[in-house]
Amino acid sequence: MKKLMWKMGVAILALWVLGSPARAEGLLMARVNAPFPEAMTLLQSAISSRGYTITRLQQVNENLARREYKSDMYRVVYFGKLDEVRQMTAAHPQLIPFLPLNITIFAEGEQAILVASHPRTLYQFFPDPSLKPVLEQWEKDMDDIMDELREAGAGS
Amino acid sequence: MLLRLFALILLGGLGCSQAQAGPNGARLFTSHCAACHGEKGTGGIGVPLALPSFQASVSDDYLRKTIRLGRPGRVMPAFPSLKEDEIDAIVGYLRSWNSGPTVTYSDKPVAGDPAHGKQLFQKYCVACHGANGEGAKGTGVTFSRPRDLPIMAPALHNPGFLAAATDAMIKTTLMKGRAGTPMTSFLKQGLKEKDIDDIVSYVRHFETQPLADSAQLLEAETPVIVRDSPYDLKTTVENVKTAVTTHNYFYGRVQTLEYGLTRPETENPKQVIVYFCNISLLNQALAIDPRVGMFLPCRITILEKPDGKVQVMSVNPKVLSRLFNNSELNEVCEQLKQHYTAIMEESTL
Repeated sequence: MKKLMWKMGVAILALWVLGSPARAEGLLMARVNAPFPEAMTLLQSAISSRGYTITRLQQVNENLARREYKSDMYRVVYFGKLDEVRQMTAAHPQLIPFLPLNITIFAEGEQAILVASHPRTLYQFFPDPSLKPVLEQWEKDMDDIMDELREAGAGS
Repeated sequence: MLLRLFALILLGGLGCSQAQAGPNGARLFTSHCAACHGEKGTGGIGVPLALPSFQASVSDDYLRKTIRLGRPGRVMPAFPSLKEDEIDAIVGYLRSWNSGPTVTYSDKPVAGDPAHGKQLFQKYCVACHGANGEGAKGTGVTFSRPRDLPIMAPALHNPGFLAAATDAMIKTTLMKGRAGTPMTSFLKQGLKEKDIDDIVSYVRHFETQPLADSAQLLEAETPVIVRDSPYDLKTTVENVKTAVTTHNYFYGRVQTLEYGLTRPETENPKQVIVYFCNISLLNQALAIDPRVGMFLPCRITILEKPDGKVQVMSVNPKVLSRLFNNSELNEVCEQLKQHYTAIMEESTL
Protein backbone atom coordinates (compact mmCIF):
# COMPACT_ATOMS: atom_id res chain seq x y z
CA MET A 1 0.00 0.00 0.00
CA LYS A 2 2.79 2.37 1.00
CA LYS A 3 4.67 1.53 -2.21
CA LEU A 4 1.58 2.26 -4.27
CA MET A 5 1.10 5.62 -2.57
CA TRP A 6 4.75 6.51 -3.19
CA LYS A 7 4.36 5.70 -6.87
CA MET A 8 1.16 7.73 -7.08
CA GLY A 9 2.82 10.70 -5.44
CA VAL A 10 5.84 10.56 -7.71
CA ALA A 11 3.64 10.18 -10.81
CA ILE A 12 1.53 13.20 -9.82
CA LEU A 13 4.63 15.30 -9.19
CA ALA A 14 6.07 14.30 -12.55
CA LEU A 15 2.81 15.37 -14.18
CA TRP A 16 3.07 18.71 -12.42
CA VAL A 17 6.66 19.24 -13.55
CA LEU A 18 5.86 18.25 -17.11
CA GLY A 19 2.86 20.56 -17.03
CA SER A 20 4.95 23.65 -16.33
CA PRO A 21 5.38 26.06 -19.25
CA ALA A 22 8.02 25.31 -21.84
CA ARG A 23 10.83 27.79 -22.43
CA ALA A 24 11.20 30.26 -25.27
CA GLU A 25 13.21 29.37 -28.36
CA GLY A 26 15.84 31.48 -30.10
CA LEU A 27 16.79 34.30 -27.80
CA LEU A 28 15.58 35.40 -24.41
CA MET A 29 13.74 38.68 -24.93
CA ALA A 30 11.60 40.90 -22.76
CA ARG A 31 9.82 44.17 -23.34
CA VAL A 32 9.90 46.38 -20.28
CA ASN A 33 7.16 48.92 -19.89
CA ALA A 34 9.47 51.58 -18.48
CA PRO A 35 11.75 54.20 -20.02
CA PHE A 36 15.34 53.17 -20.62
CA PRO A 37 16.98 54.78 -17.55
CA GLU A 38 14.47 53.20 -15.19
CA ALA A 39 14.70 49.82 -16.93
CA MET A 40 18.50 50.00 -16.72
CA THR A 41 18.37 50.56 -12.97
CA LEU A 42 15.91 47.70 -12.55
CA LEU A 43 18.10 45.41 -14.63
CA GLN A 44 21.24 46.08 -12.61
CA SER A 45 19.34 45.52 -9.40
CA ALA A 46 17.82 42.25 -10.66
CA ILE A 47 21.25 40.96 -11.68
CA SER A 48 22.96 41.95 -8.43
CA SER A 49 20.20 40.54 -6.24
CA ARG A 50 20.96 37.11 -7.66
CA GLY A 51 24.53 37.23 -6.43
CA TYR A 52 26.19 38.24 -9.69
CA THR A 53 28.86 40.90 -9.98
CA ILE A 54 28.37 43.40 -12.77
CA THR A 55 31.76 43.68 -14.42
CA ARG A 56 31.10 46.25 -17.09
CA LEU A 57 28.46 48.42 -18.75
CA GLN A 58 29.31 48.70 -22.43
CA GLN A 59 28.11 52.10 -23.65
CA VAL A 60 27.24 51.31 -27.23
CA ASN A 61 25.28 54.44 -28.15
CA GLU A 62 27.98 56.76 -26.78
CA ASN A 63 30.62 54.98 -28.85
CA LEU A 64 28.49 55.33 -31.97
CA ALA A 65 27.74 58.99 -31.22
CA ARG A 66 31.47 59.76 -30.92
CA ARG A 67 31.74 58.89 -34.59
CA GLU A 68 28.55 60.71 -35.47
CA TYR A 69 26.32 57.67 -35.89
CA LYS A 70 22.86 58.21 -34.47
CA SER A 71 21.59 55.70 -32.01
CA ASP A 72 19.05 55.34 -29.26
CA MET A 73 20.12 54.43 -25.70
CA TYR A 74 21.93 51.11 -25.78
CA ARG A 75 23.99 49.19 -23.21
CA VAL A 76 25.42 45.72 -22.80
CA VAL A 77 25.59 44.64 -19.16
CA TYR A 78 28.26 42.02 -18.38
CA PHE A 79 28.09 39.98 -15.21
CA GLY A 80 29.22 36.75 -13.59
CA LYS A 81 30.26 34.87 -10.49
CA LEU A 82 33.98 34.31 -10.07
CA ASP A 83 33.81 30.73 -8.77
CA GLU A 84 31.48 29.62 -11.56
CA VAL A 85 33.52 31.30 -14.27
CA ARG A 86 36.68 29.63 -12.95
CA GLN A 87 35.01 26.24 -12.67
CA MET A 88 33.49 26.34 -16.15
CA THR A 89 36.50 27.67 -18.02
CA ALA A 90 38.90 25.28 -16.26
CA ALA A 91 36.90 22.37 -17.66
CA HIS A 92 36.25 23.98 -21.05
CA PRO A 93 38.50 26.92 -21.99
CA GLN A 94 36.53 27.26 -25.22
CA LEU A 95 33.69 28.69 -23.14
CA ILE A 96 35.77 31.83 -22.50
CA PRO A 97 34.63 33.60 -25.71
CA PHE A 98 31.03 33.34 -24.44
CA LEU A 99 31.73 34.75 -20.98
CA PRO A 100 31.01 36.72 -18.87
CA LEU A 101 27.23 36.47 -19.24
CA ASN A 102 25.57 39.53 -20.67
CA ILE A 103 22.21 41.14 -21.27
CA THR A 104 21.69 43.75 -23.96
CA ILE A 105 19.25 46.54 -23.24
CA PHE A 106 18.09 49.19 -25.67
CA ALA A 107 15.40 51.82 -25.81
CA GLU A 108 12.31 51.24 -27.89
CA GLY A 109 10.42 54.49 -27.63
CA GLU A 110 9.19 54.84 -24.05
CA GLN A 111 9.90 51.19 -23.39
CA ALA A 112 13.07 49.11 -23.26
CA ILE A 113 13.92 45.76 -24.79
CA LEU A 114 16.17 43.20 -23.15
CA VAL A 115 17.93 40.48 -25.14
CA ALA A 116 20.19 37.63 -24.08
CA SER A 117 21.19 34.29 -25.45
CA HIS A 118 19.97 31.18 -23.67
CA PRO A 119 22.83 29.88 -21.48
CA ARG A 120 21.52 26.38 -22.17
CA THR A 121 22.50 26.87 -25.82
CA LEU A 122 26.09 26.45 -24.64
CA TYR A 123 25.25 22.88 -23.68
CA GLN A 124 24.55 22.15 -27.34
CA PHE A 125 28.05 23.40 -28.14
CA PHE A 126 29.74 21.71 -25.17
CA PRO A 127 27.66 18.67 -24.20
CA ASP A 128 29.54 17.81 -21.01
CA PRO A 129 27.18 16.72 -18.21
CA SER A 130 29.42 18.39 -15.64
CA LEU A 131 28.54 21.79 -17.15
CA LYS A 132 24.80 21.19 -17.04
CA PRO A 133 23.98 22.22 -13.43
CA VAL A 134 25.63 25.63 -13.78
CA LEU A 135 24.19 26.25 -17.24
CA GLU A 136 20.73 25.35 -15.96
CA GLN A 137 21.17 27.71 -13.02
CA TRP A 138 22.26 30.51 -15.39
CA GLU A 139 19.26 29.78 -17.59
CA LYS A 140 16.92 29.98 -14.61
CA ASP A 141 18.50 33.19 -13.37
CA MET A 142 18.24 34.78 -16.82
CA ASP A 143 14.57 33.74 -17.02
CA ASP A 144 13.92 35.15 -13.55
CA ILE A 145 15.66 38.44 -14.37
CA MET A 146 13.56 38.82 -17.52
CA ASP A 147 10.39 37.99 -15.59
CA GLU A 148 11.25 40.43 -12.81
CA LEU A 149 11.67 43.26 -15.30
CA ARG A 150 8.51 42.39 -17.21
CA GLU A 151 6.55 42.45 -13.97
CA ALA A 152 8.19 45.59 -12.64
CA GLY A 153 7.40 47.32 -15.90
CA ALA A 154 3.82 46.08 -15.84
CA GLY A 155 3.33 47.85 -12.52
CA SER A 156 4.70 51.17 -13.68
CA MET B 1 6.45 8.24 6.77
CA LEU B 2 2.77 8.19 5.87
CA LEU B 3 2.47 11.89 6.65
CA ARG B 4 5.30 12.60 4.19
CA LEU B 5 3.54 10.55 1.57
CA PHE B 6 0.27 12.40 2.08
CA ALA B 7 2.12 15.71 1.87
CA LEU B 8 3.72 14.56 -1.35
CA ILE B 9 0.36 13.58 -2.82
CA LEU B 10 -1.20 16.83 -1.65
CA LEU B 11 1.55 18.79 -3.38
CA GLY B 12 1.10 16.66 -6.47
CA GLY B 13 -2.62 17.27 -6.34
CA LEU B 14 -2.08 21.00 -6.34
CA GLY B 15 0.13 20.63 -9.38
CA CYS B 16 -2.39 18.38 -11.04
CA SER B 17 -5.21 20.87 -10.54
CA GLN B 18 -2.95 23.50 -12.08
CA ALA B 19 -2.27 21.21 -15.05
CA GLN B 20 -6.00 20.53 -15.42
CA ALA B 21 -6.65 24.28 -15.49
CA GLY B 22 -4.48 24.36 -18.62
CA PRO B 23 -1.63 26.61 -19.65
CA ASN B 24 -2.04 30.33 -19.15
CA GLY B 25 -2.14 31.91 -22.63
CA ALA B 26 -1.61 35.45 -21.38
CA ARG B 27 1.46 34.43 -19.42
CA LEU B 28 2.89 32.41 -22.30
CA PHE B 29 2.29 35.33 -24.66
CA THR B 30 4.08 37.71 -22.29
CA SER B 31 7.08 35.38 -22.02
CA HIS B 32 7.41 34.34 -25.63
CA CYS B 33 5.74 36.93 -27.86
CA ALA B 34 5.26 40.33 -26.24
CA ALA B 35 8.84 41.54 -26.74
CA CYS B 36 8.27 41.68 -30.49
CA HIS B 37 4.49 41.84 -30.87
CA GLY B 38 3.79 44.21 -27.98
CA GLU B 39 1.91 43.43 -24.78
CA LYS B 40 -1.40 44.36 -26.39
CA GLY B 41 -0.54 42.93 -29.80
CA THR B 42 0.12 46.35 -31.28
CA GLY B 43 3.30 45.13 -33.01
CA GLY B 44 6.53 47.05 -33.25
CA ILE B 45 9.12 44.46 -34.20
CA GLY B 46 6.59 41.77 -35.12
CA VAL B 47 3.18 41.74 -36.78
CA PRO B 48 0.46 43.77 -35.00
CA LEU B 49 -1.56 40.74 -33.99
CA ALA B 50 -4.45 42.74 -32.57
CA LEU B 51 -5.10 44.53 -35.85
CA PRO B 52 -8.80 43.84 -36.60
CA SER B 53 -8.19 43.07 -40.28
CA PHE B 54 -5.43 40.62 -39.33
CA GLN B 55 -7.66 38.91 -36.78
CA ALA B 56 -10.46 38.74 -39.33
CA SER B 57 -8.36 37.16 -42.05
CA VAL B 58 -6.24 34.50 -40.36
CA SER B 59 -7.40 31.15 -39.04
CA ASP B 60 -6.46 29.55 -35.75
CA ASP B 61 -4.67 26.87 -37.74
CA TYR B 62 -2.53 29.53 -39.44
CA LEU B 63 -1.59 30.98 -36.05
CA ARG B 64 -0.79 27.55 -34.59
CA LYS B 65 1.44 26.61 -37.51
CA THR B 66 3.15 29.99 -37.48
CA ILE B 67 4.02 29.61 -33.80
CA ARG B 68 5.21 26.05 -34.30
CA LEU B 69 7.25 26.63 -37.48
CA GLY B 70 8.18 30.31 -37.30
CA ARG B 71 9.59 32.02 -40.35
CA PRO B 72 13.08 30.66 -41.07
CA GLY B 73 15.55 33.48 -41.57
CA ARG B 74 12.97 36.21 -40.88
CA VAL B 75 13.40 36.65 -37.11
CA MET B 76 10.11 35.00 -36.01
CA PRO B 77 11.48 31.89 -34.26
CA ALA B 78 9.99 28.41 -34.39
CA PHE B 79 8.74 27.04 -31.07
CA PRO B 80 9.25 23.29 -31.43
CA SER B 81 9.21 22.62 -27.70
CA LEU B 82 5.92 24.35 -26.89
CA LYS B 83 3.24 21.76 -26.24
CA GLU B 84 0.06 21.65 -28.30
CA ASP B 85 -2.06 22.91 -25.41
CA GLU B 86 0.37 25.77 -24.81
CA ILE B 87 0.13 26.87 -28.43
CA ASP B 88 -3.66 26.57 -28.21
CA ALA B 89 -3.56 28.74 -25.09
CA ILE B 90 -1.52 31.43 -26.86
CA VAL B 91 -3.90 31.36 -29.84
CA GLY B 92 -6.84 31.60 -27.42
CA TYR B 93 -5.24 34.64 -25.82
CA LEU B 94 -4.63 36.28 -29.22
CA ARG B 95 -8.28 35.75 -30.03
CA SER B 96 -9.29 37.73 -26.95
CA TRP B 97 -8.47 40.79 -29.09
CA ASN B 98 -10.84 39.65 -31.82
CA SER B 99 -14.28 41.18 -31.78
CA GLY B 100 -15.56 39.38 -34.87
CA PRO B 101 -16.06 35.76 -35.86
CA THR B 102 -13.03 33.51 -36.32
CA VAL B 103 -12.47 32.51 -39.90
CA THR B 104 -11.62 28.99 -41.06
CA TYR B 105 -10.30 28.06 -44.48
CA SER B 106 -10.51 25.05 -46.73
CA ASP B 107 -7.29 23.10 -47.32
CA LYS B 108 -8.34 22.60 -50.93
CA PRO B 109 -5.78 23.92 -53.44
CA VAL B 110 -6.86 26.81 -55.63
CA ALA B 111 -6.58 25.96 -59.33
CA GLY B 112 -4.96 28.68 -61.41
CA ASP B 113 -2.43 29.45 -64.08
CA PRO B 114 0.90 30.16 -62.35
CA ALA B 115 2.45 31.58 -65.55
CA HIS B 116 -0.24 34.26 -65.74
CA GLY B 117 -0.04 34.61 -61.97
CA LYS B 118 3.65 35.39 -62.28
CA GLN B 119 2.93 38.23 -64.69
CA LEU B 120 0.35 39.68 -62.33
CA PHE B 121 2.65 39.18 -59.35
CA GLN B 122 5.40 41.14 -61.13
CA LYS B 123 2.95 43.95 -61.77
CA TYR B 124 1.05 44.16 -58.49
CA CYS B 125 3.02 42.45 -55.73
CA VAL B 126 6.78 42.84 -56.17
CA ALA B 127 6.94 46.42 -54.91
CA CYS B 128 6.11 45.20 -51.41
CA HIS B 129 6.78 41.45 -51.42
CA GLY B 130 9.95 41.41 -53.55
CA ALA B 131 10.65 40.05 -57.01
CA ASN B 132 10.68 36.46 -55.79
CA GLY B 133 8.37 36.80 -52.84
CA GLU B 134 11.32 37.24 -50.48
CA GLY B 135 9.51 39.94 -48.52
CA ALA B 136 10.27 43.55 -47.75
CA LYS B 137 13.82 44.61 -47.12
CA GLY B 138 14.45 44.46 -43.44
CA THR B 139 12.93 42.10 -40.97
CA GLY B 140 11.18 44.47 -38.65
CA VAL B 141 13.92 44.31 -36.04
CA THR B 142 15.39 47.68 -36.66
CA PHE B 143 16.79 50.11 -34.18
CA SER B 144 13.82 52.21 -33.06
CA ARG B 145 12.85 52.49 -36.71
CA PRO B 146 10.27 55.06 -37.69
CA ARG B 147 6.93 53.30 -37.32
CA ASP B 148 5.52 54.69 -40.53
CA LEU B 149 4.28 51.28 -41.58
CA PRO B 150 2.28 49.14 -39.20
CA ILE B 151 3.50 45.94 -40.80
CA MET B 152 6.42 44.59 -42.84
CA ALA B 153 5.40 42.95 -46.11
CA PRO B 154 5.77 39.23 -45.40
CA ALA B 155 8.06 36.87 -47.27
CA LEU B 156 5.63 34.80 -49.32
CA HIS B 157 8.46 32.51 -50.43
CA ASN B 158 9.20 31.53 -46.85
CA PRO B 159 8.59 27.85 -46.04
CA GLY B 160 6.99 28.79 -42.71
CA PHE B 161 4.47 31.04 -44.44
CA LEU B 162 3.72 28.50 -47.17
CA ALA B 163 3.14 25.75 -44.60
CA ALA B 164 0.87 27.92 -42.48
CA ALA B 165 -1.23 29.71 -45.11
CA THR B 166 -3.74 27.76 -47.17
CA ASP B 167 -4.52 28.79 -50.74
CA ALA B 168 -7.93 29.91 -49.57
CA MET B 169 -6.40 32.24 -46.99
CA ILE B 170 -4.03 33.80 -49.54
CA LYS B 171 -6.93 34.21 -51.96
CA THR B 172 -9.12 35.90 -49.36
CA THR B 173 -6.32 38.27 -48.41
CA LEU B 174 -5.83 39.22 -52.05
CA MET B 175 -9.55 39.74 -52.55
CA LYS B 176 -10.27 41.70 -49.38
CA GLY B 177 -6.90 43.23 -48.53
CA ARG B 178 -6.04 44.10 -44.96
CA ALA B 179 -7.38 47.38 -43.67
CA GLY B 180 -4.78 49.36 -41.76
CA THR B 181 -1.88 47.95 -43.79
CA PRO B 182 -0.60 48.71 -47.31
CA MET B 183 -2.23 45.44 -48.50
CA THR B 184 -5.19 46.53 -50.59
CA SER B 185 -8.07 44.57 -52.12
CA PHE B 186 -7.07 43.49 -55.61
CA LEU B 187 -10.69 43.11 -56.60
CA LYS B 188 -10.93 46.84 -56.00
CA GLN B 189 -7.76 47.28 -58.06
CA GLY B 190 -9.63 45.78 -60.99
CA LEU B 191 -8.47 42.17 -60.94
CA LYS B 192 -10.97 39.37 -61.55
CA GLU B 193 -11.32 36.38 -59.25
CA LYS B 194 -9.64 34.22 -61.94
CA ASP B 195 -6.61 36.56 -61.90
CA ILE B 196 -6.40 36.21 -58.15
CA ASP B 197 -6.53 32.41 -58.44
CA ASP B 198 -3.59 32.67 -60.85
CA ILE B 199 -1.59 34.74 -58.37
CA VAL B 200 -2.36 32.23 -55.61
CA SER B 201 -1.15 29.36 -57.78
CA TYR B 202 2.04 31.32 -58.52
CA VAL B 203 2.65 31.94 -54.81
CA ARG B 204 2.03 28.24 -54.11
CA HIS B 205 4.56 27.25 -56.75
CA PHE B 206 7.28 28.81 -54.55
CA GLU B 207 7.11 25.54 -52.62
CA THR B 208 8.71 23.78 -55.58
CA GLN B 209 11.50 26.34 -55.87
CA PRO B 210 14.87 26.33 -54.07
CA LEU B 211 14.84 27.88 -50.60
CA ALA B 212 14.85 31.67 -50.91
CA ASP B 213 17.98 33.48 -49.73
CA SER B 214 15.87 35.28 -47.15
CA ALA B 215 15.10 31.90 -45.54
CA GLN B 216 18.68 30.62 -45.57
CA LEU B 217 20.69 30.46 -42.36
CA LEU B 218 24.39 29.79 -42.04
CA GLU B 219 25.73 26.52 -40.74
CA ALA B 220 28.65 26.96 -38.36
CA GLU B 221 31.17 24.15 -38.56
CA THR B 222 32.21 24.83 -34.98
CA PRO B 223 30.99 27.36 -32.38
CA VAL B 224 34.52 28.57 -31.61
CA ILE B 225 37.41 29.40 -33.94
CA VAL B 226 40.72 28.32 -32.40
CA ARG B 227 44.32 28.68 -33.51
CA ASP B 228 47.50 27.56 -31.72
CA SER B 229 50.14 30.22 -31.19
CA PRO B 230 53.85 29.46 -31.34
CA TYR B 231 54.52 32.53 -29.18
CA ASP B 232 54.22 33.19 -25.47
CA LEU B 233 51.12 34.85 -24.07
CA LYS B 234 52.47 38.40 -23.97
CA THR B 235 53.81 38.28 -27.52
CA THR B 236 50.58 36.76 -28.81
CA VAL B 237 48.53 39.52 -27.17
CA GLU B 238 50.72 42.15 -28.87
CA ASN B 239 50.43 40.29 -32.19
CA VAL B 240 46.63 40.26 -31.92
CA LYS B 241 46.57 44.01 -31.22
CA THR B 242 48.72 44.65 -34.28
CA ALA B 243 46.67 42.34 -36.53
CA VAL B 244 43.44 43.98 -35.38
CA THR B 245 44.60 47.40 -36.52
CA THR B 246 45.80 46.13 -39.89
CA HIS B 247 42.25 44.88 -40.50
CA ASN B 248 40.70 48.32 -39.96
CA TYR B 249 39.58 47.77 -36.40
CA PHE B 250 40.78 49.68 -33.38
CA TYR B 251 41.48 47.80 -30.19
CA GLY B 252 39.95 49.20 -27.05
CA ARG B 253 40.29 47.27 -23.88
CA VAL B 254 42.72 44.48 -23.11
CA GLN B 255 41.46 42.70 -20.00
CA THR B 256 41.48 39.36 -18.30
CA LEU B 257 38.29 37.31 -18.35
CA GLU B 258 38.03 37.86 -14.60
CA TYR B 259 38.21 41.64 -14.85
CA GLY B 260 35.66 43.11 -12.45
CA LEU B 261 34.92 39.74 -10.83
CA THR B 262 37.79 39.95 -8.36
CA ARG B 263 40.60 42.25 -7.27
CA PRO B 264 43.08 42.98 -10.07
CA GLU B 265 45.93 41.21 -8.26
CA THR B 266 43.94 37.96 -8.03
CA GLU B 267 42.69 37.88 -11.63
CA ASN B 268 43.89 34.93 -13.69
CA PRO B 269 46.47 36.61 -15.99
CA LYS B 270 46.49 33.66 -18.39
CA GLN B 271 43.04 34.38 -19.88
CA VAL B 272 43.33 37.66 -21.76
CA ILE B 273 40.69 39.24 -23.98
CA VAL B 274 41.43 41.85 -26.64
CA TYR B 275 38.30 43.87 -27.44
CA PHE B 276 38.18 45.66 -30.77
CA CYS B 277 35.70 47.44 -32.95
CA ASN B 278 35.03 48.90 -36.36
CA ILE B 279 32.34 51.49 -35.68
CA SER B 280 31.10 51.54 -39.25
CA LEU B 281 30.66 47.76 -39.22
CA LEU B 282 29.03 47.97 -35.80
CA ASN B 283 26.56 50.54 -37.09
CA GLN B 284 25.82 48.37 -40.10
CA ALA B 285 25.22 45.27 -37.95
CA LEU B 286 23.01 47.13 -35.47
CA ALA B 287 20.98 48.60 -38.31
CA ILE B 288 20.22 45.06 -39.48
CA ASP B 289 19.48 43.65 -36.05
CA PRO B 290 20.06 45.61 -32.84
CA ARG B 291 20.14 42.42 -30.82
CA VAL B 292 23.64 41.59 -32.08
CA GLY B 293 25.01 44.00 -29.49
CA MET B 294 25.28 41.10 -27.10
CA PHE B 295 28.15 39.69 -29.16
CA LEU B 296 29.84 43.06 -29.59
CA PRO B 297 32.36 44.56 -29.38
CA CYS B 298 34.46 42.04 -31.27
CA ARG B 299 36.82 40.09 -29.06
CA ILE B 300 39.60 37.58 -29.31
CA THR B 301 40.72 35.54 -26.33
CA ILE B 302 44.35 34.61 -25.75
CA LEU B 303 44.79 31.70 -23.38
CA GLU B 304 47.87 30.13 -21.84
CA LYS B 305 47.07 26.54 -21.00
CA PRO B 306 48.54 24.66 -17.99
CA ASP B 307 51.14 23.05 -20.28
CA GLY B 308 52.36 26.53 -21.32
CA LYS B 309 50.94 26.36 -24.84
CA VAL B 310 49.10 29.44 -26.06
CA GLN B 311 45.87 29.51 -28.07
CA VAL B 312 43.78 32.29 -29.58
CA MET B 313 40.05 31.82 -29.94
CA SER B 314 36.81 33.60 -30.69
CA VAL B 315 33.10 32.89 -31.12
CA ASN B 316 32.41 31.80 -34.67
CA PRO B 317 30.18 34.64 -35.92
CA LYS B 318 28.34 32.19 -38.15
CA VAL B 319 26.53 30.77 -35.12
CA LEU B 320 24.79 34.14 -34.79
CA SER B 321 22.86 33.76 -38.04
CA ARG B 322 20.96 30.76 -36.65
CA LEU B 323 20.72 32.14 -33.12
CA PHE B 324 19.08 35.35 -34.32
CA ASN B 325 17.11 33.61 -37.12
CA ASN B 326 17.92 36.59 -39.29
CA SER B 327 19.20 35.86 -42.80
CA GLU B 328 20.09 39.52 -43.30
CA LEU B 329 22.93 39.00 -40.84
CA ASN B 330 24.47 36.28 -43.01
CA GLU B 331 26.71 38.59 -44.99
CA VAL B 332 28.00 40.42 -41.91
CA CYS B 333 28.55 37.10 -40.10
CA GLU B 334 30.52 35.69 -43.04
CA GLN B 335 32.57 38.87 -43.22
CA LEU B 336 33.28 38.86 -39.49
CA LYS B 337 34.28 35.21 -39.58
CA GLN B 338 36.80 35.93 -42.32
CA HIS B 339 38.17 38.91 -40.40
CA TYR B 340 38.47 36.98 -37.11
CA THR B 341 40.17 34.08 -38.83
CA ALA B 342 42.60 36.36 -40.68
CA ILE B 343 43.46 38.28 -37.49
CA MET B 344 44.01 35.06 -35.56
CA GLU B 345 46.13 33.52 -38.29
CA GLU B 346 48.23 36.65 -38.73
CA SER B 347 48.90 36.88 -35.02
CA THR B 348 50.01 33.26 -34.77
CA LEU B 349 52.15 33.08 -37.92
